[in-house]
Amino acid sequence: MTSTQSASTSAAGRGGEVAKRRSATAIAANYIDERTSISGLVKELGRKIFPDHWSFMLGEVALYSFVVILLTGTFLTFFFQASMAPVTYSGPFVPLKGVEMSAAMDSALKISFEVRGGLLIRQIHHWAALLFIASIGLHMLRIFFTGAFRKPRELNWTIGFLLFILALAEGFTGYSLPDDLLSGNGLRIIDGMVKGIPFVGTWISYLIFGGEFPGEQIVGRLYTLHILLLPAILVAMIALHLVFVVVHKHTQYAGAGKTNQNVIGYPVLPVYAAKAGGFFFIVFGVIALIASFFTINPIWNYGPYDPSPVSAGTQPDWYIGFADGALRLIPPGLESVIWGHTYSWNILIPIVVLGLFISTVALYPLVEGWVTGDKREHHILDRPRNAPTRTAIGAAGVTFYAALWAAASSDLIATHFQLSIEAVIHAIQAAAILGPFIAYFIAKRVCLALQKKDREIALHGFESGRIVRLPGGEYIEVHQPVDEYERWRLVSFNEYKPLMIRPNAKGKITGTQRVRARMSRWFFEDRIAPVTRSELERQSHDHH
Amino acid sequence: MAQHDDGVTAPDDDAVHTGARTGTAIQVAAERDESPGIGVVQTDKVINPGFPPHNPRQTDLVPAKDKRAERQVAILFFLSIIGSIFALAAYIAFPINPGDFGSIRTNNLLLGLGITLGLLGIGLGAVHWAKQLMREDESVELRHGTRGTEATREKAVEVFTLGNEESGIGRRTLIRNSLIGALVLTPVPAIALFRDLAPIADPVYLLQHTMWKTGTRLTHDPTGVPIKASDVTLGSAFHVIPEGLLQRSDALEQKAKAAVLLMRLKPEDLHVSAGKESWNYDGIVAYSQICTHVGCPVALYEQQTHHLLCPCHQSQFDITQEAKVIFGPARRPLPQLPITVDSNGYLVARSDFHEPVGPDFWEREL
Repeated sequence: MTSTQSASTSAAGRGGEVAKRRSATAIAANYIDERTSISGLVKELGRKIFPDHWSFMLGEVALYSFVVILLTGTFLTFFFQASMAPVTYSGPFVPLKGVEMSAAMDSALKISFEVRGGLLIRQIHHWAALLFIASIGLHMLRIFFTGAFRKPRELNWTIGFLLFILALAEGFTGYSLPDDLLSGNGLRIIDGMVKGIPFVGTWISYLIFGGEFPGEQIVGRLYTLHILLLPAILVAMIALHLVFVVVHKHTQYAGAGKTNQNVIGYPVLPVYAAKAGGFFFIVFGVIALIASFFTINPIWNYGPYDPSPVSAGTQPDWYIGFADGALRLIPPGLESVIWGHTYSWNILIPIVVLGLFISTVALYPLVEGWVTGDKREHHILDRPRNAPTRTAIGAAGVTFYAALWAAASSDLIATHFQLSIEAVIHAIQAAAILGPFIAYFIAKRVCLALQKKDREIALHGFESGRIVRLPGGEYIEVHQPVDEYERWRLVSFNEYKPLMIRPNAKGKITGTQRVRARMSRWFFEDRIAPVTRSELERQSHDHH
Repeated sequence: MAQHDDGVTAPDDDAVHTGARTGTAIQVAAERDESPGIGVVQTDKVINPGFPPHNPRQTDLVPAKDKRAERQVAILFFLSIIGSIFALAAYIAFPINPGDFGSIRTNNLLLGLGITLGLLGIGLGAVHWAKQLMREDESVELRHGTRGTEATREKAVEVFTLGNEESGIGRRTLIRNSLIGALVLTPVPAIALFRDLAPIADPVYLLQHTMWKTGTRLTHDPTGVPIKASDVTLGSAFHVIPEGLLQRSDALEQKAKAAVLLMRLKPEDLHVSAGKESWNYDGIVAYSQICTHVGCPVALYEQQTHHLLCPCHQSQFDITQEAKVIFGPARRPLPQLPITVDSNGYLVARSDFHEPVGPDFWEREL
């Protein structure tokens, strides 16, 4: 391009009436783009397509409740005193007047009773935190049962898993901040568990609490974690999580017209800007509604932390329940002293079992990927029934978690149903060990049965409920064929066959191969093959 | 190839297709051929029928319904405005009156409802707008493999190769290894810095000793009033702290170790082991209140059965058998505080506990 040409184009672009007629938006957009080249991003992302399904909103709920937590949490920091310095309560709540408590508890009461809207914001913060963890959990279950963690999304599953752990850590640190009786007992339990760790437990507990339990340090330290370190990591991980969603493009459920190489849905602008943006306000609004009507964590009823009083029926926040329940289920007498050192198996066993449980969750995509050896990318979600073993493993995991969780309320179950506490514990112990196997078996059989039914419907149609008497006197029920779109949903799924052991290049069968073969038999021995084209054709010939 | 034998049309245009056409499914022709592992490559697959026919909405067909939906969206946004103004008005009109707890509830409720309306109005309005009025037929976008193209990958390899050659990090092993060594050691001072999270003292010594000493009076928790043996009637139970605890600056830390539960049973109900005959006073026994499991206060006393129950994890201790564990995850009995009376009839400790109280720890010997 010559210099005359460029000079004339720029003159035409800048001067004259054209520029005068440009709208304010255009001027602003031009100003920003010339300094950021953001137009490229808009071009790339503005019309990006996202598929639509209610279950895809679970992750959104998590994201939006996190935003609500950040907003309300920031407000709370303006009033909260993260100090355990003793003060004498002189606020308006009469039952606690003159009671000695920490500055943290005092300021939490001030937020609740003296700051206008303070109680509301505190309750929104707490409810949003509960919703945050619950929605992450449900989101993980959705990802698991639909196989959305398969290649190329294995790493994003790991990031999501870390987000879940971070959310639990945020929950627990936040719960401990008001320094009330319940949260203090929670910390006491953590202290007891830490002390049970071999070699280093005593010292770690001593350092965490800045001396002997409870000390005057822990609230300030947890506060730094709660409002600085953990949120910073959370925000970074969430950003990474979302970048991967963009890079991979969202998965979609099997359906007519949908393939592994396309995304069917609506564009970001305008549909998802409105739907997702609107959904943020709905999530926020629903949390605000709950917080307007329902009290959460009434610390004024518990009073300040004191190592000696406690009330019956104490409960941790629900998300810690599974860990607390694991502690309760340990049978008596599990401790030993070996060469002058105490091994607290009653604490180590729950820690190790929970560690194995969450490691299995974190590593499951790698295990399944190794068993199938499938290196293809998977963007079409499985219906849970079409991966019976995975679904059964998930059901077993959920049952185990549920049993531990129920154990955290063993005393309430006992008093509520007028049972003996021992009977309840023994029943839950049995449920925690046998329940997963039963759930596994049932879930697998149900999946296979549903697959058989799908096959039946794809080939022979569904039962119309219309009974016809044939000339010969025979009664038959008319089966109505499904349309081809519905049928596609029933027949389009992946099939795997157990691995055939073959000698490698050196003529050897390795141990790893044997393990893989056994694992793949476990996964895929019982399977229902999808309906094929020839089967369909044969079927339609028979009918005509 | 076999993985994409859905039998659908494959235009090699990778732009977004707005408005998926009925009966088509769009696909890129070339997908990378990755190993399916033990996945069955289906050659006889049912053909993807393509998109189902699109059913237009009422708002697309009837202009009046379109208008109505438009009004509904606007009404929802107006409701949001009303909600926000209402919240502001409620903030001013319903303040918190000191000492009036009804006013806190009203403030919480009305402010919350106003904010809720302000938020839900926007949210429901925006979603209603998207669902009823925005273009509703689905669009198609093509996927590309996640991995970079061959050309990009080659470039990336070249970058690393050049980096290696130009720095010589692979070749100059002395530099590389000494750098790794240096990097590994830099965090070590940081670890040392954490020592002063807690004061210079031996936690093991601290865990093994409490405030109780020979002659320390047993006093009521939380008043600190000394207890006379004659005050402790049969079947009663007291929360007890050592005399002088309330005056200490580290009262909570001391209480977390020294809290004691005092109970009086019939002397004949107590099974006292050899050497501990003098630890109770006429059926009055004192046991550490701190659970030997993870340290919760074992505060629930069943008068009839003489059992103590820990409310946290349901460990149960039988006071008649020197607080032996009869159920639950704890293993050790609650440590017993040896007690007697002084010349004025007040209950006093004979000594400190003879073993550490509270949860187990590594350095503890039984």
